[in-house]
Amino acid sequence: MTAIVATAEEGTGTPYALSHLDSLESEAVHIFREVAGEFERPVILFSGGKDSILMLHLALKAFAPAAVPFSLLHVDTGHNFPEVLEYRDRVVAAHGLRLHVASVQDYIDRGVLKERPDGTRNPLQTVPLTEKIQSERFDAVFGGGRRDEEKARAKERVFSLRDEFSQWDPRRQRPELWNLYNGRHAPGEHVRVFPLSNWTELDVWQYIAREGIELPEIYFAHEREVFQRAGMWLTAGEWGGPRENETVVKRQVRYRTVGDMSCTGAVDSDATTLDAVIAEIAASRLTERGATRADDKLSEAAMEDRKREGYF
Amino acid sequence: MSTTTTEELSATTLLRFATAGSVDDGKSTLVGRLLHDSKSVLADQLEAVEHASRSRGQDAPDLALLTDGLRAEREQGITIDVAYRYFATPRRRFILADTPGHVQYTRNMVTGASTAELTVILVDARNGVVEQTRRHAAIAALLRVPHVVLAVNKMDLVDYQEPVFAAIAEEFTAYATELGVPEVTAIPISALAGDNVVQASANMDWYGGPTVLEHLETVPVSHDLAHCHARLPVQYVIRPQTAEHPDYRGYAGQIAAGSFHVGEQVTILPSGRGTRISGIDLLGKPVDVAWTTQSVTVLLEDDIDVSRGDLIVPSKDAPPTTQDVEATVCHVADQPLTVGHRVLLKHGTRTVKAIVKDIPSRLTLDDLSLHPHPGQLVANDIGRVKIRTAEPLPLDSYADSRRTGSFILIDPSDGTTLTAGMVGESFAAPEPVKDEAEDDGWDF
Repeated sequence: MTAIVATAEEGTGTPYALSHLDSLESEAVHIFREVAGEFERPVILFSGGKDSILMLHLALKAFAPAAVPFSLLHVDTGHNFPEVLEYRDRVVAAHGLRLHVASVQDYIDRGVLKERPDGTRNPLQTVPLTEKIQSERFDAVFGGGRRDEEKARAKERVFSLRDEFSQWDPRRQRPELWNLYNGRHAPGEHVRVFPLSNWTELDVWQYIAREGIELPEIYFAHEREVFQRAGMWLTAGEWGGPRENETVVKRQVRYRTVGDMSCTGAVDSDATTLDAVIAEIAASRLTERGATRADDKLSEAAMEDRKREGYF
Repeated sequence: MSTTTTEELSATTLLRFATAGSVDDGKSTLVGRLLHDSKSVLADQLEAVEHASRSRGQDAPDLALLTDGLRAEREQGITIDVAYRYFATPRRRFILADTPGHVQYTRNMVTGASTAELTVILVDARNGVVEQTRRHAAIAALLRVPHVVLAVNKMDLVDYQEPVFAAIAEEFTAYATELGVPEVTAIPISALAGDNVVQASANMDWYGGPTVLEHLETVPVSHDLAHCHARLPVQYVIRPQTAEHPDYRGYAGQIAAGSFHVGEQVTILPSGRGTRISGIDLLGKPVDVAWTTQSVTVLLEDDIDVSRGDLIVPSKDAPPTTQDVEATVCHVADQPLTVGHRVLLKHGTRTVKAIVKDIPSRLTLDDLSLHPHPGQLVANDIGRVKIRTAEPLPLDSYADSRRTGSFILIDPSDGTTLTAGMVGESFAAPEPVKDEAEDDGWDF
């Protein structure tokens, strides 16, 4: 072996220990390549949010200099942030990717799905998503879910088998040993794959900063017309807010997550750069979902229940 | 040669560790205490726990609710599956595999330990080393977890007496050493009162060692690569076939052990053909050297047939290939494993047909005695098996390489993961298995 000159870090014992970001990156790339090697029709769920942007970045690195061997799938709630849709289309075009769109609005227009009284469309995504998976015969569906987001997600495998109805059964999960992922599935079943399982919100931001990845601008502090509902700042818009007793105000805010406008809240912030965002998150006493997601507050097991039904 | 930047040097490292302990040993409290005292529990999570505890009529927040995430777990008040927790200090990031303590969840401890660099085994200071402790030590030894921490908990209930701790530490260390556990660090703690978990205890000034967190922050996380057999399982062949890269043909994979360098003479297994490494791409950036666990793409001098499932190894250090696998296994599925069972065996990136030829013994974890020819292994059983594979596999001993010495068995009919396997002899071998090196000429 050739001599390698490097300085041992404290606690690593040798110069060969990877930094935590290199370690997470390497693991995620391994997962992307396993799926490329074992599945026929994989697809990446792509919302234009930071986790899916990170997934795409990792996939581009995993197969360079060749193209990413996966297409993208966006479940469009019809209440998306325009800045995010613009970003989505630009990225898809820049990398010559194929984008599938499953539209909640279509289902509502056809009368298959009904608008909920609370106006949130997040739970309505499950049906368009699962029907698209069936009709396109996707056998592996990458999601950007992280185990640090929510306690039901903390129990999820990296390779998570779903039945023909896309249902998750936490009691029937396959043990996941070493890095030997088992992607076997029967026709009609598929596997949800979570390459970012072991990342935390802070890891995601640190990696985005390190790699210089571009994000939609709503992740950075900006002036926005918002109103308060259930303790969260929501963006006013045609989706159904504000109601009569709700007042629109102009505030300096940014988003920690990107999703349906009806249930994704903005946080007060003056972080206009990646460094400022990282400093803000490191100091925050609230989790990402606790701060900005209304749908997870519906019940103690809201996420588990949605996942059982086929949600990502 | 790649140089290490200042940014990389200042970056923290990652430690994957697992916890093990019986139901009443205070494992959830320890995990809760680690998360809470390292300020990794955020306000809304704590608020949710307080709310749920109150609605159940409990006075104080039940920190176990931080880790029991499923409806069934909360309903029954037990942990039924491995959960992964994340926390960080300025010195290191941690991935904690939080595994249930019940005997019937041995498979979950195996799952957690398979990726762990360290295991924390809890005992109750009042009870000392019990059967369950021995079981946990045996699994840590079997899975070859490099570092074991014995956390002697509930020291507050034995008046923080040093002799109580010393006796338990001595008994455990002797037992673990006999099993082949390379390193034991014993720490007296009270998870409930917070002694020696994150903060050093004022109640035990006789203890001069690290707290649990200090130890987690400083334990070495990687091995001496100079003594590792280099192994690269080929995951995927990258062939852009574009105008810019008309002839690029790269073999992508995550280095499972050791290191590779440009110019090195390598052999492709199982075909046995030799060539040299002409280039290594580390996610788009050319490097001269790469090592475990980097995901890389290797370019070879000769245009030879290499595909997913192959293993690239240094020509001077190639493992033998064999169709007869002898291993210690932990059965993880509800349906039993029987002699004559036709299965799929996944080793590295290769999945082959296989048949279970024999189950020579089953291990009784309580006293490490061997039950000969049990006929089958049921869920949570640990035993020895002999397997014949349809194609030759390049197998390392698990003792030498956790990644290329491990495999899983899969049921071909429904895809169930049946069994976790570790190649070679172990402390569970009824008699020392003849060293393969004598027959196959390993040259190291």
